[in-house]
Amino acid sequence: MEQSRETYINAVGREIPKQIGNYVVKPYTGAYTTVPSDAPVHTLRTAGKHVSGDCKMVENLKDAIVKTGLKDGMTISFHHSFREGDEIIGQVLTAIRELGIKGLRFAPSAVVNIKNPSIVDFVKDGTIDRIEASGIRGELGDAVLDGLMEKPVILRTHGSRPRAIEAGELQIDVAFIGASAADEYGNATGQIGPNACGSLGYSFVDAMNARRVVVITDYLVDYPCCPASISQQYVDYVVKVDRIGDPDKIGKGAARMTKNPRDLLIAERAADVMAASRMFKENFSFQTGAGAISIACTNYLADRMEEKGVKASFALGGMTAAIVDMYKKGLVRVLECSQSFDAVAARAIAEEPGIVEIDNAVYSNPFSKGSMLDKLNFGVLGALEVDTDFNVNILTGSSGEMMGGLGGGPDVAAGSDISIVCLPVVRGRTPSITKKVFTCCTPGETVAAVVTEAGIALNPKHKYYAELKEDLENANLKLVSIEDLQKLAESLTGVPKPIETTDRVVCIVEYRDGTVIDVIKEIKK
Amino acid sequence: MAEKTIHLKRTSLYASGASPVNMIQAIFYNEDMLIYDLEDSVPAAEKDAARFLVYNMVKNHRPKDKYVCIRVNGIYSEYLEEDLQAAVRANPDCIRIPKVEYAREVQDISRRIAAIEEKIGLEVGKIELICNIESYMGVINAMEIAHSDPRVVAMAVSAEDLTASLKAQRTKKGLEVFYARNAVLMACRSAGIDALDIVFSDINDKEGLEEDTALAKNLGFDGKTCIHPRQIDTVNSFFTPSMKEIKYALRVLQAVEEGKKQHKGAVTLDGGMIDKPMELRALTTLAQAKAAGIRTEGMVI
Amino acid sequence: MEIKKPAVAGTLESSDCQIVIRPNGGEGIEIELESDVAVMFGDSIRETIQNTLEEFGVKDAYVEIRDKGALDCVIKARMECVICRGAEEKYDWTKEDAR
Repeated sequence: MEQSRETYINAVGREIPKQIGNYVVKPYTGAYTTVPSDAPVHTLRTAGKHVSGDCKMVENLKDAIVKTGLKDGMTISFHHSFREGDEIIGQVLTAIRELGIKGLRFAPSAVVNIKNPSIVDFVKDGTIDRIEASGIRGELGDAVLDGLMEKPVILRTHGSRPRAIEAGELQIDVAFIGASAADEYGNATGQIGPNACGSLGYSFVDAMNARRVVVITDYLVDYPCCPASISQQYVDYVVKVDRIGDPDKIGKGAARMTKNPRDLLIAERAADVMAASRMFKENFSFQTGAGAISIACTNYLADRMEEKGVKASFALGGMTAAIVDMYKKGLVRVLECSQSFDAVAARAIAEEPGIVEIDNAVYSNPFSKGSMLDKLNFGVLGALEVDTDFNVNILTGSSGEMMGGLGGGPDVAAGSDISIVCLPVVRGRTPSITKKVFTCCTPGETVAAVVTEAGIALNPKHKYYAELKEDLENANLKLVSIEDLQKLAESLTGVPKPIETTDRVVCIVEYRDGTVIDVIKEIKK
Repeated sequence: MAEKTIHLKRTSLYASGASPVNMIQAIFYNEDMLIYDLEDSVPAAEKDAARFLVYNMVKNHRPKDKYVCIRVNGIYSEYLEEDLQAAVRANPDCIRIPKVEYAREVQDISRRIAAIEEKIGLEVGKIELICNIESYMGVINAMEIAHSDPRVVAMAVSAEDLTASLKAQRTKKGLEVFYARNAVLMACRSAGIDALDIVFSDINDKEGLEEDTALAKNLGFDGKTCIHPRQIDTVNSFFTPSMKEIKYALRVLQAVEEGKKQHKGAVTLDGGMIDKPMELRALTTLAQAKAAGIRTEGMVI
Repeated sequence: MEIKKPAVAGTLESSDCQIVIRPNGGEGIEIELESDVAVMFGDSIRETIQNTLEEFGVKDAYVEIRDKGALDCVIKARMECVICRGAEEKYDWTKEDAR
């Protein structure tokens, strides 16, 4: 695969080849600079025709795939709402392989980490030759860094995926939508059923824009399925399988709070930052997410809300039992869920009027007529690495290995008023605050604060710097410079040897607007 | 003005010398005093390993904003000699001695420390001592221990072993060690040194911790030992002086300043003499206020 | 010092390392390193191990280290300990005074 020798230096100082294979690079120019096209959105959805008595049920996956007309070189998609318990992807890919279909573009909605079977096998045997996702991990990640794929993997944020689909950059031929419950005519949901996974928000854009849509469930209900997160009008075929996933992993109990005193300290500090801000007032909004620190932070935030008698208008994004608790205590009026991180959150949507499933696009698409991020005051984010320009790395680890996924981090940072990145200054001997992140995923201009166990660093280039600084100083919170945090990390760990790569790009890291914010290169052996 | 820097001792936290991750994380919490432990938290088979770890950690990554302490093994243990060799060389602010019962024990250790300080060229007498009182004999001899040596800057009551030595039952309310706490406190006051209160063991009982710390503060203690980092902020908050105490402290120091300007030998305030201990108390109060984030410059008194 | 018998120091806890040392039958110094941070600090860890062996005058030893992200001073401390254990000698702390 040809890579042009000419390069751009983009707005975060990363060098990017102008063209990588067929991919023509639009370099990142700023978090808010790009303007979308005014042309109609793209879709591959066709009209359909069904009359009374028609049947959409198909005996098995192979037959359904044949009916969709899937051919070599086409694009298939899946959602990630079953998290580590997903067994749909494996079953569908196995069926595709048995049909001898090759060269497919694999475009799931987020990180892929299935182990048995492994995606690597499907790449090696030619079933898949392109991947577009939010992150890749484990065996697949290592293999890609080792040069497994001819064509570079394209990584997008949660918000960028619907944008790319509507812009025609990612067109899906067949969407396979796993559902915890569905009826024989295609109405489907994740809110009910023995393996309820909660919000199916990440699959809405696929249902509405793929050429063909196959719903796969292990729990067929009487027509009509209610609620219907995915409407029958988008669905071509329905297949019932024995298992859509591992019930233990899908139906995991309430995600537990960390007990690590260091992480609790960071979480409490993040809650203090929010509580000190002048935006912490009646009807504020927040997003805390699901990391170890996040849940503790949610609980500390709830304490402060109770202390000060402040209620939130909404919480956004991925939901956990901790946030559902806040809703039940009357601290938050509405929970807008794009995904559910545990069984409690999953089932709460069907049970509570104020807990609603939302389309990932309304949560985070930067080029729609308004995303909920536009109304978000506080966003709490995790990170693998932050540099002294406040750029954030959520993809690659200390040896350059693929570890995370873009997720909604860059979206939340850009959309929220005050984005707060939480991480320890060191993890073992790995410094988390460095001079330059290995992979830039979230540009520093969108990060307001970095919270560590050694103190809080505010970004002088952030739009709310002045007011945040004043608010935190009035609350006697310990402010330090990001440079001091970096020096502290380095004084503990020593100066690391840089990771060596070749020139070959294996992953393209896109920003929310489709420009290229960084690339990941093959690791030198 | 006092020559010595004021070292707040509102909260003490032990970090086990057997656990690198504990020692590193302890740097970041808000405890005033960090005690690198060679004693109870280190199993016998690891005493040698802990000595190397503590020595290297203190020499390389010592937190600048804390009072750094090393707790050595018991006075009659086989480990003490090597502990002192390593600990003095690490040059901590202080060495904490467990299970002290007699003044002569402290004096003996002080001499041994002096010998090492001299050998390596450190200022003799600079390393301070804190005595842990953990038995009935220690309580009975609290007076002589408190006055035993100029290095002694505080005594701490340790309830676990104390209760065992009394053959008492340890309870949350702590009545069985109430006398001991006060006896040690009084001895400390008599010697003009700090008194540190017992640990509150139930880390999940925030209300209980608050009650116990409020009691400690009311009795007159200068601080309390914490058993877990999550107790630190709560305990610190109880040793934050009130506005009244801060203003009084400011008045004391203002009187001392004026006394110096006018070259007065004796300084008075409200009809009473201000002595060195009072001046030190005033400086401590302001240090506590500062640590709690209260700004005292320009305060109207 | 001379390594007289195999010895171990340290743990596999996060931020620690476990080091096994044993006499190397006259083959000199051999170091086998397994580390979470091999790419960033592998060279630095080997250097610390070599330096510590030199400081203690150890010429013959097989050193196996499994590192879980220990800071440099922890690796040094574990090395010092395992050398003393392997040599069956107590450390003479006055050696530190020369630094």
